[in-house]
Amino acid sequence: MFNIERWKEIFQSIQKNKLRTVLSGTTVSLGILIFIVLFGLGEGLKNSYSDLFLRQANNVLFLYPGKTTKPYGGFKTNRRIEFDNSDISDIKNNFSDRVELINPTIRYGDVIKYKLESYDFSIQAVSPSNQYIEGNVLMKGRYINQKDIDTKSKVVVIGRLVARDIFKTEDPIGKFINIGSRTYKVVGVFQDLDGDNQESFLYLPYTTRQQILMGSDKVGNIAITFNDKLGGSGAIKLENEIKTFLKKKKSIDPTDPSAIRTRNVADELDRSMQFAGALQVIVAFVGIGTLIAGIIGISNIMVFIVKERTKELGVRKALGAKPSEIIKMILTESIFITSLSGFLGMVIGIIFLNTIDKGLQEYFITRPEVGIGTALFATLVLIIFGVIAGYIPAKRAAEIKPIVALNDE
Amino acid sequence: MIEINKLHKSYYMGSSSLHVLKGIDFNVEDGELVAIMGSSGSGKSTLLNILGMLDNADDGTYDLDKIRIENLDEKTAAEYRNKFLGFVFQSFNLITYKNALENVALPLYYQGIPRKERQKTALSFLEKVGLKDWATHLPSELSGGQKQRVAIARALASNPKVLLADEPTGALDSNTSIEVMALIQKINNEGKTILVVTHEHDIAKMCKRIVHLRDGVIVEDKKIKQNIIKNV
Ligand SMILES: Nc1ncnc2c1ncn2[C@@H]1O[C@H](COP(=O)(O)OP(=O)(O)OP(=O)(O)O)[C@@H](O)[C@H]1O
Ligand SMILES: [Mg+2]
Repeated sequence: MFNIERWKEIFQSIQKNKLRTVLSGTTVSLGILIFIVLFGLGEGLKNSYSDLFLRQANNVLFLYPGKTTKPYGGFKTNRRIEFDNSDISDIKNNFSDRVELINPTIRYGDVIKYKLESYDFSIQAVSPSNQYIEGNVLMKGRYINQKDIDTKSKVVVIGRLVARDIFKTEDPIGKFINIGSRTYKVVGVFQDLDGDNQESFLYLPYTTRQQILMGSDKVGNIAITFNDKLGGSGAIKLENEIKTFLKKKKSIDPTDPSAIRTRNVADELDRSMQFAGALQVIVAFVGIGTLIAGIIGISNIMVFIVKERTKELGVRKALGAKPSEIIKMILTESIFITSLSGFLGMVIGIIFLNTIDKGLQEYFITRPEVGIGTALFATLVLIIFGVIAGYIPAKRAAEIKPIVALNDE
Repeated sequence: MIEINKLHKSYYMGSSSLHVLKGIDFNVEDGELVAIMGSSGSGKSTLLNILGMLDNADDGTYDLDKIRIENLDEKTAAEYRNKFLGFVFQSFNLITYKNALENVALPLYYQGIPRKERQKTALSFLEKVGLKDWATHLPSELSGGQKQRVAIARALASNPKVLLADEPTGALDSNTSIEVMALIQKINNEGKTILVVTHEHDIAKMCKRIVHLRDGVIVEDKKIKQNIIKNV
């Protein structure tokens, strides 16, 4: 292996057969390059999914009231279902073993005014647990707290973009804004990693809103967080139990699909990760396919190389080359070309992934990357198979009778 | 130097077979220069290839310098070829991407001789065949006669006991043929045993002994008065 003469032979042979070398090298490089790029893209897809779910609470169940589609318990079809405060306390009491936070929300629109200017942002009346569920991060002041709920205080926390639009460079904390005909004191500013839309909200206590609506006890949607340990399947079970409970309470046909609708983030996460995982398996499969194609490419080229050199090998044998010498010569050349182009393909692949890193976010691919371990492993596999692919024809060439080799044209 | 007894060789092609050598008895002494003649297909090359351990006989014995050559594995055969034999082919068989010096040095490489020494020895053999100044030229840059002289230098480089030449002048014009034969005579005069296959009478007469093959047997074997080449 560390025989200068053999290396000289190899470089001579490579120089003599540039096209052949480039062809076989390209096969190997491409194989490893495509494998690494595909694998990295698969990884990027998975990253996108996990990022998507990482920025908000995963152990959340959303309940949305709808309309009945089946008559039941003396009620006609098409009845509008509404949630109210008693639902909140019932869920709290009946599912206390698993339910942690409950966030009733009331969404509405109204004119927002500050110093004679009016603005248009989404308004939502919520409970303090909204902060955890939405993944709001406080920048200034405080969030809505339990005391606000109990005293129905007229306070509001605003998103970063709301603060920027309304208050410009002013400090919003302690300022008063008008929503509809009431005046609210700004107590906090938050940001949200999920983006601009999430930062264009104003949040106020849901009890305050109920009081304005003449003491109504109605709420819009209900979000529930549950014990993390439930996992995807436990979450689905809880979801079904709560749904059944509420349907019974509100005299809804148990099979009615749209009277109460739900969204289960834990289940979605599970399914999305499964999907991403399956995609990566497929991608890895395709990648392994290209590796195999690369290996087959090397084998063919090695067979071709040996065939092309049969006469030369015969001359060498006549001059005293032992079979082991012939095998070493062909094999070293094969290993050399495969390793060099394998690593070249690997490096190009990694550089390529790094270059496109930022560019593919709109295609739902984040941080496409491949572990150096995986990359090296794939390259090594290719080299090992390259050696095997080279060994078989090399051995055959070594065993061929010198007179037969010499007579080869 | 060479002793063969009742040597037989057949080629098998599918179901048919061709009996090429039909019991050859043949001895060569140290320092002889033997021409092997015969019509095309008479088995000259076949005999030479067996003597050169490039092919195996089916039957009979072969002793080279008192060593019995039989049942050799390829590794031992390679060693023997390297140590005992030098080959010169009609079509030169130089390695195209190696220059003259590297071609001549190749048998020494297979002997495991260090690089420096190899280069020195190879150069001295190139000098002997009059091609010292062509050491760095590729075969494609040499004339036919020059190529064959490089091939002869290569065959001599490992200092073999016997030189085997299969129609060494077959691809050369008559003037160049004479040059090459002069070189072969010179090497023979220095003591080397040489066998030359040819079907040209002129060439055969430049040797010291002529062996005639016909249909796989030796029909004539005589010492002759050598036609010595001068002034080349
Ligand atoms: N590998 C082979 N397989 C089958 N038949 C062969 C093989 N080599 C030679 N022969 C046959 O054996 C016979 C002798 O061949 P050989 O090459 O020894 O002849 P030759 O005397 O050297 O002839 P030439 O002067 O044409 O070179 C020929 O009929 C040839 O066709
Ligand atoms: Mg012949």
